[in-house]
Amino acid sequence: MSYITKPKFKHPGLQTNELGLTRRDYEGSLTTLCGGCGHDSISAAIIQAAAEMSLEPHRVAKISGIGCSSKIPAYFLSKAHGFNSVHGRMPSVATGANLANKELYYVGISGDGDSASIGLGQFCHIVRRRINMLYIVANNGTYGLTKGQLSATADLGSKTKSGEESQYDSIDMATLAIELGASFVARSFSGDKKQLVPLLQAGLSHKGFAFIDIISPCVTFNNTDASTHGYKNTWENYIALSAVGFVPMRKEITTSYAPGKVKEITLHDGSVIHLHKTSNKYDPYDRENALHHINASKKQGKIATGLLYINQSTSDLHELQDTVDKPFNTLGSHELCPGNEALADINHTFR
Amino acid sequence: MPKIIQSSKVRTITKVNDFVVKFANVNGSGSASANNMFAKAVFRMGIPVSPHNIFPSNIQGLPTWYEVRISEAGYLGRREGVDLMVAMNEQTIKSDIESVVPGGYVLYDSSKSLPTELIRDDINYLPIPLKDICLREYDKPNQRQLFKNIVYVGALAAFLEIDFKVLTDMVSDQFRGKERLILPNIHALELGHQYASDNFNCPLNLTLKASNKTTGKILIDGNTAVGLGCVYGGATVASWYPLTPSTSVVDAFSTYCNRLRIDPGSGKKKFAIVQAEDELAAIGIAIGAGWNGARAFTASSGPGVSLMQEFLGLAYFSEVPVVLFNIQRVGPSTGMPTRTQQGDLLACAYASHGDTKHVLLFPSTPKECFDFAADAFDIADRLQTPVIVMSDLELGMNEQICDPLQWNDKREYDRGKVLSGKQLEEIKRFGRYLDTDGDGIPYRTYPGTHPDKGSYFTRGSSHDAYAAYTEDGNVYAEVMYRLALKFRTAVNYLPKPEIALKENHSFGLVYLGTTTSAIQEVLDSLAKKGIVLNTMRIRAFPFHDGVRDFINQHERVFVIEQNRDAQLKSLLKIELDINAERMQSILNYNGVLITAQTIEAAILQSLPGLESSGDVSA
Repeated sequence: MSYITKPKFKHPGLQTNELGLTRRDYEGSLTTLCGGCGHDSISAAIIQAAAEMSLEPHRVAKISGIGCSSKIPAYFLSKAHGFNSVHGRMPSVATGANLANKELYYVGISGDGDSASIGLGQFCHIVRRRINMLYIVANNGTYGLTKGQLSATADLGSKTKSGEESQYDSIDMATLAIELGASFVARSFSGDKKQLVPLLQAGLSHKGFAFIDIISPCVTFNNTDASTHGYKNTWENYIALSAVGFVPMRKEITTSYAPGKVKEITLHDGSVIHLHKTSNKYDPYDRENALHHINASKKQGKIATGLLYINQSTSDLHELQDTVDKPFNTLGSHELCPGNEALADINHTFR
Repeated sequence: MPKIIQSSKVRTITKVNDFVVKFANVNGSGSASANNMFAKAVFRMGIPVSPHNIFPSNIQGLPTWYEVRISEAGYLGRREGVDLMVAMNEQTIKSDIESVVPGGYVLYDSSKSLPTELIRDDINYLPIPLKDICLREYDKPNQRQLFKNIVYVGALAAFLEIDFKVLTDMVSDQFRGKERLILPNIHALELGHQYASDNFNCPLNLTLKASNKTTGKILIDGNTAVGLGCVYGGATVASWYPLTPSTSVVDAFSTYCNRLRIDPGSGKKKFAIVQAEDELAAIGIAIGAGWNGARAFTASSGPGVSLMQEFLGLAYFSEVPVVLFNIQRVGPSTGMPTRTQQGDLLACAYASHGDTKHVLLFPSTPKECFDFAADAFDIADRLQTPVIVMSDLELGMNEQICDPLQWNDKREYDRGKVLSGKQLEEIKRFGRYLDTDGDGIPYRTYPGTHPDKGSYFTRGSSHDAYAAYTEDGNVYAEVMYRLALKFRTAVNYLPKPEIALKENHSFGLVYLGTTTSAIQEVLDSLAKKGIVLNTMRIRAFPFHDGVRDFINQHERVFVIEQNRDAQLKSLLKIELDINAERMQSILNYNGVLITAQTIEAAILQSLPGLESSGDVSA
């Protein structure tokens, strides 16, 4: 949402990726969010993730709803088209965009107000429809732009800066996504780039609906010690069910691990996720098991993070619809219009 | 067997190819296809026919009517009064019999005797023991029920002198691929025909005589034509939420896409249809697809269109093409879901908060439904804005005679001002909302076009010519001014009004959409009384200059529309520099198609006292 463009200066010593692009080429305009806002760390993580993967910036479409979270697309990948749509309706816009051109990367950015309240219905249905995209919820438990009301992800008993205490049970977006059939579900923390960047990369490479719930503290309205979405609580109660490493498809796998300790997950595009599990009992391929671990952590006041669940055998919406390989937006009249002769036959059936 | 002869005291009406047959049935009883067979037989005999479904918002058990107007003169509107009532519903039989004109006929199931209070001495009764015949002839309960309907069609063939071969051919066409159903259906037709011939003096004084008035024409409903128009217009994404009476638009799109849009090499589909969770998502999906360069549409009706308001505002302000078919039904709120109205004109013209205006198209025939559906995608792409095609239940869900659908194979889609990667190379600085050509229409790019140029941030918040967020009121005002200019440019791409000038500008009729079906009948009838009127059928909003000129040229124009609040008149008043005093409303909002009689009566009522300008409601 920024109207301040960043200076284009590039340090000559900046590293370039396989496309010859530097980190600067993946940046967006200058943020207008509050200093210390978790959301800016998310932008930075996306910039790093995309640069390291050598994504072509213009082959990404960024789509958001309304709210502080939905401003994020302005702050990364300025060479990509962005669409800041209406409150809670990013999923439908992303669905349509994805149908029009299956060849782009789609990054949807939403918040807890946008996806867990006004847009909860759309969220549920985009999960069911299995759109091939990365869907991020920048989750701070509060409505920032309207000055600090509690959101539907605020945990029972959590308090905002003004002292308002949440009286309702919270909606857990990650377990909801798993329940509804999302094929890649992760949770992370805007403050943990080491975990977040490989998760973003894996989510972008995953074919199907990839969802990441990112705890992203609101420094202005919801960063008190009594808030479960503040930095303090998150740092203290943050546990990783798995540590994640990501190797993009073109890179050679150079590290090696003792067998049994690391699970290698090869994604559809040839990229590899290295998953270091912290417990032998935890299995990210098993939906019920994943839900059990997340819920068990929650009971202890802990926030389970990492790659929580993955299923690589589901189809995306284009496969379900059995659409042609060529993107719809490249089809012209000769490919789409059946012509007058066919119409004459149709007329005949109405005689 | 002795013939049942009507009491000679009862006068009978004598008419050839000019009467109304109405079927009163219970919905869910399988009557629709039998009744449709009757209407189509009349059509195939070359006689103009217009069937009208009057049905409940219900699956089974409530009253439903199928009214068939037969008119050699080609009057396809409704006409009050029934000449022959096929009274198959005990719930409504009393009022059904009351609606028959003196000298008319009632065909009823005489397996049960008719209560004496239903016997009128000024009409003729055609008792046929339908239930008994079917009990005798068929074993299965569902056959006994379904074939009752076919038996009465067979009887009508004898009564009205329908060419029996037309009926048997139709059965063969209808059950092609299900051959085992052909003979039992023909048998049922014969049973009815036989019974009527044996027991009554056939034909009646109402008869059908083969004609040539439907040669080359087709009989099709508007929603099917819209679905086909979307296929021909290049729509690849359809998103929708089921809602009467719009559902059959997407059904037709699906049917024809599965037939005509399968890639021959791979067997894969060149289309996607998404049944959304609600109408908000339905239009959101279409807008997302339109933004990304695919042609997309959604179809809905009043309640759904109300839900789409916020998104329509977004598409207007951020300039994303999208096509919406509004098959209007009776509002407000849930209203009468299965009845017709032109009640969404204002709600659609100015849909969404703030200063918004939308392009509307008003088809009046299935042929125009097809043409306007295909054109709507060109117009939306050209103008980069929503286009709302305003059909209604009457047009959408009833079959109507029209010219055959046609496509010019040389036609290329107009994708509007879209810059390719190569074109972007030649531009110094791309501005998404720059009015380079002075017509208010800026240039756009599809996502993914060029590595460095042409990307922009689409937003519903205030933006400058380069799509950057702004809270500068002057910059905002410039964008709004340009959007108003674009709306004026829109007129150049929209269908012109259809104007017929026959006299020197005393009185004119102004109307749109399904009201058209009654107009020729009104003109002919008034001409016999020495009254000649000019006419103007409006086909699009924003209005062409010709619309203003027509109204200003006349001493008085009657604005005929099917809603309570004279919405078309209001729109004309708001948008055009005209003397509103010249406009007098003729309104009809009872949920069924306006009739020529209603319009004529209203005109005649107001003509003696020209100085009175009171609006007339029917």
